[in-house]
Amino acid sequence: MNKRGIVLYLHVHQPWRVREYSVFDTSHTHDYFSAADETDRNNKRVLEKVADKSYRPMNALLMKLLGTHPDFKLSLSITGTFIEQCEAWAPDVLEDFKRLVATGRVEIVAETYYHSLAFFYSREEFERQVELHRQKIQEVFGVTPTALRNTELAYNDELANWADSKGYKAILAEGWDPILGDRSPNHVYRPSNTESLRLLLKNYRLSDDIAFRFGNRDWQDWPLSAETYAHWLDSSNEQGPLINLFMDYETFGEHQWADTGIFDFFESLVSKWLERQNSTFYTVTEASVSFEPGDEISMPDTVTWADTERDLTAWLGNGMQHEAMRYLYHMEDDVMRSGDIGLISDWRRLQTSDHAYYMCTKWFRDGDVHAYFSPYDSPYDAFLYYMNAIRDMRYRLMAYHNIGGGHHG
Amino acid sequence: MNILMLGWELPPHNSGGLGVACYYMSKALALKGASIDFVVPYKADHPNAGFMTIHSATSLNPLHRNGMGAYDNPAIADALHRKPGEGLNNIRDVQAEYVSYVESMVKDKSPDAIHAHDWLTIEAGMRAKELTGAPLIVHVHATEFDRSGQGYGNPLVHEIEQQGLLMADRIFAVSNITKGLIVSRYNIPADKIEVLHNAFDPIELTNYTYDLRTYKYLEHLRSEGFTVVSTVTRFTVQKGLIHFLKAAARASERYDKLVFLMAGDGEQRDELVRLSADLGIADKVFFTGFVRGRQWRDAYSVSDVFVMSSVSEPFGLTALEAAHHDNALIISKQSGVGEVLDSIFRFDFWDIDRLADQMVAVAASGALKHELKANVKREYARLSWDDVAARCLAIYQHVRVGVAS
Repeated sequence: MNKRGIVLYLHVHQPWRVREYSVFDTSHTHDYFSAADETDRNNKRVLEKVADKSYRPMNALLMKLLGTHPDFKLSLSITGTFIEQCEAWAPDVLEDFKRLVATGRVEIVAETYYHSLAFFYSREEFERQVELHRQKIQEVFGVTPTALRNTELAYNDELANWADSKGYKAILAEGWDPILGDRSPNHVYRPSNTESLRLLLKNYRLSDDIAFRFGNRDWQDWPLSAETYAHWLDSSNEQGPLINLFMDYETFGEHQWADTGIFDFFESLVSKWLERQNSTFYTVTEASVSFEPGDEISMPDTVTWADTERDLTAWLGNGMQHEAMRYLYHMEDDVMRSGDIGLISDWRRLQTSDHAYYMCTKWFRDGDVHAYFSPYDSPYDAFLYYMNAIRDMRYRLMAYHNIGGGHHG
Repeated sequence: MNILMLGWELPPHNSGGLGVACYYMSKALALKGASIDFVVPYKADHPNAGFMTIHSATSLNPLHRNGMGAYDNPAIADALHRKPGEGLNNIRDVQAEYVSYVESMVKDKSPDAIHAHDWLTIEAGMRAKELTGAPLIVHVHATEFDRSGQGYGNPLVHEIEQQGLLMADRIFAVSNITKGLIVSRYNIPADKIEVLHNAFDPIELTNYTYDLRTYKYLEHLRSEGFTVVSTVTRFTVQKGLIHFLKAAARASERYDKLVFLMAGDGEQRDELVRLSADLGIADKVFFTGFVRGRQWRDAYSVSDVFVMSSVSEPFGLTALEAAHHDNALIISKQSGVGEVLDSIFRFDFWDIDRLADQMVAVAASGALKHELKANVKREYARLSWDDVAARCLAIYQHVRVGVAS
C-alpha cells in the first residue's frame, strides 16, 4: 500500500513582451521585444524583479527543504522563453534550478518551448515546439521529461491521445467539477482512448487557497496557518490518496509577496506534512505509476485552468485575439521556408499565449479589471503593438520571398 | 426642494455640451421632486422643458447671445471701453443684466440651494447667496484655462472664477481632470470639490434615421474600403486640432485608405484648411462648416472613428454621442470623458505619432474596430442622469445643513 502524498507541481514562465512597437517602427526596426523603459514591458526589468522577489528566495527554500527532508519532492515545468531570459540576465537563477534538478527529486515536465497555443492552430508547429523544449531541457538539465502539460493546462482528449502515442507516462489537467462529477481529483485517472497514459487532475480548491487566496485579507480563512491547511489536506485525503497542488511558481514571492508569510507557510507545511504518519510527496510521473487508475475520463472540449469558465476565452474570446492568432499562424509556411533563425524565433516568441491574454476584454463586463495582469494600458493597446509586429513580420517575409506580403489570405 | 439653477443655455439654443448637461441634470432632478427655477440670458421657447420654470434674464434672442463670445475669448478691451448706458453690446453687459434679474428674482423667493454653471453665471450666484444666505454650488464644466487651450486666457474671467470658487459652499467638477485644475490653478482645497461626471441619455437620439445622402461622397469612399476618421467640435485652440491634422498626415503615410471629416467651425478654421494643404492631405480632409440637426447627426453616422484631440477638455459629451452612433473612440488623456470609459484608445494630446498609430490600427483591423465599438456601448450605458441627480440632491441637503449650523 502506497503512502498518501502531495503532488506539488509549479509552472515557471516569463513571456517576451512586445514593446510599444509603433506603425512607424514597422519595416524599419525589428526589435519587438526590447523595451528599455521603466515599464513592465521591459522584459529584463521584469525578470530581474521577479528573480529577486520569487525565483531566488524560493529556489533557496526548495534547496533547503530538499536537504532537510529526504521525502520532499516536486515537479517543475520551465518554459524555453524563461530559460532564454535567465541565460541573458540571471544565469545564477538557472544554476539554482539545475542544482534542484540534480538532487534527482525534482522532475521536469514537458511542454511547448514557447508557451504557445500551437496545439489548436498547427499540429506540426506544436510538435516542433515540444521537441525544441525537450532538447533545451536535455541540454540545460540533462534529463528527458516523461510527463506533459500543455500551455495554460489546456487539455482535451485529442491532446491525451497525442501524448499517449508519443510515449508520455503522465499528463496534467484541471480537476474541473463538471468533468469529474462526483469523482475526486485525488486519484490517478486514465484518459479515454489511450494505452498507457495517466491523467493527474489539479485539486483547484486546495491549490487556489495558496495561489489566489493566501494573502487576501478579506478571505474568511485569512490568515491561513500551515496547521489549518494541513488539516484541510487530511480531510481531502479521505477521498483519495493524492493531493495535486498545481500552480504558478511565481505564487511564491510574486503573486503572494514575502510579507504575506507565504515562504514561512510553505516551509512549515512541508514539515508538518512529513511529520504525519504515512505521508509523503510524489513527482508527477512517480504518482501516476504508483497508483492504479481510478476511472476513465473524457474531455472532448478543451478545459484550462483559467477563470470561472475554465476554457480558452481569456486567450481566444474576442475578435482581436482570433484575428491576431489567425494572422500569426497564417505565416507559418513562409516563416519556416525562410530558414532565417532570427525570423523564426521572433515568430515563435509572438506565439506565447500571454500576448493573446493581454488582449482579453471579457473582464470589462464585470468591471473586475484588476483580476488580470497586463503590462499594457488596455487590451486595445496590446493588440495595436502586436499587430504592428505582425505587419513587420510580413514585411520581412516579403523581403525573403518577394511575395506581396501586405495582405493576409 | 427649490433650486435656483443659473445657466447660460438650454437645448435647442445651445452651442455645446453645457446646455445639454444642464438640461438633463435638471430633468433628472425634477423627476426626483426638485422644483427648479432655471435662468437663461436670452428669450426663446424651450419645448420639452415643462418640468421646470425657465426665466429669461434679457429679451435678447439666443443667436445674439451666442455671437458675443461666451466661448471665444472675450477681449478685455471690449469690457473696458464700454460706456454707461450703451446697451447690451458685449458679454459683460449681458452678465450685468443677468445679475440684476437674479437679484430681483430672489427678493420674492429664497431658494434652498443656488446651482451656478461656469463663470458666466458665477457673479449672479454669488450675489444670490449674498442676498438670501442660501448655499452656493458652483458647477465647473470648463475653466478659462481649458477654453484658452493651455494659454492663460482672459485674466478678468480668471478673477471671476477665482472669486466664485472661493465663495462657493461646494464645487462640482465634471471630471478628475477638472478637479485637478481647480486645485492646482485656483488653489482650492481638494475636499471642497466633488467630481460629478456627466451622464448620457441616448433616448433623445433614437428617433432618427440616418440619411445616407448627407455625406454621399464619404459613403462612397466607405464602400470602397476607406475608413472615416472624424471630429465634431468648435475649431478653437482648446480642441487640439493642429495635432489632429498632423497625426492625420502621419497616419496617411502608413495607410492610404483614410479620410478625415472635420465637422464644425470656429476661429481656427482658415488655419486648419491651410495646414491640411501644407501637409499634403487636403484631398483627404473634409470641412463641413457649422453643422446642426441632421447634418450634425449624420456626421457621426458616416464616421467610423471619432477623435477627441482636446488639449484640455473638462468632459467631452460629443465622444459619447459619437459612441452612440457606432464610432470607435480615440480620446486625449486630457479629456475627462476618458475617465468613465475603458474601451477606448488614449493618447497625450501632443503625441502625434501615437494618435497616428491608433488611427491606422483601427482602420486596418476589422476586429479591433468591432471590439471598440461594441464594448464602449456597454460602458456609456452605465452612466445615468438619475444617479447624477441623486448625488446632487444629497449634496444640496448636506451643504444646507452645513450653512445653517
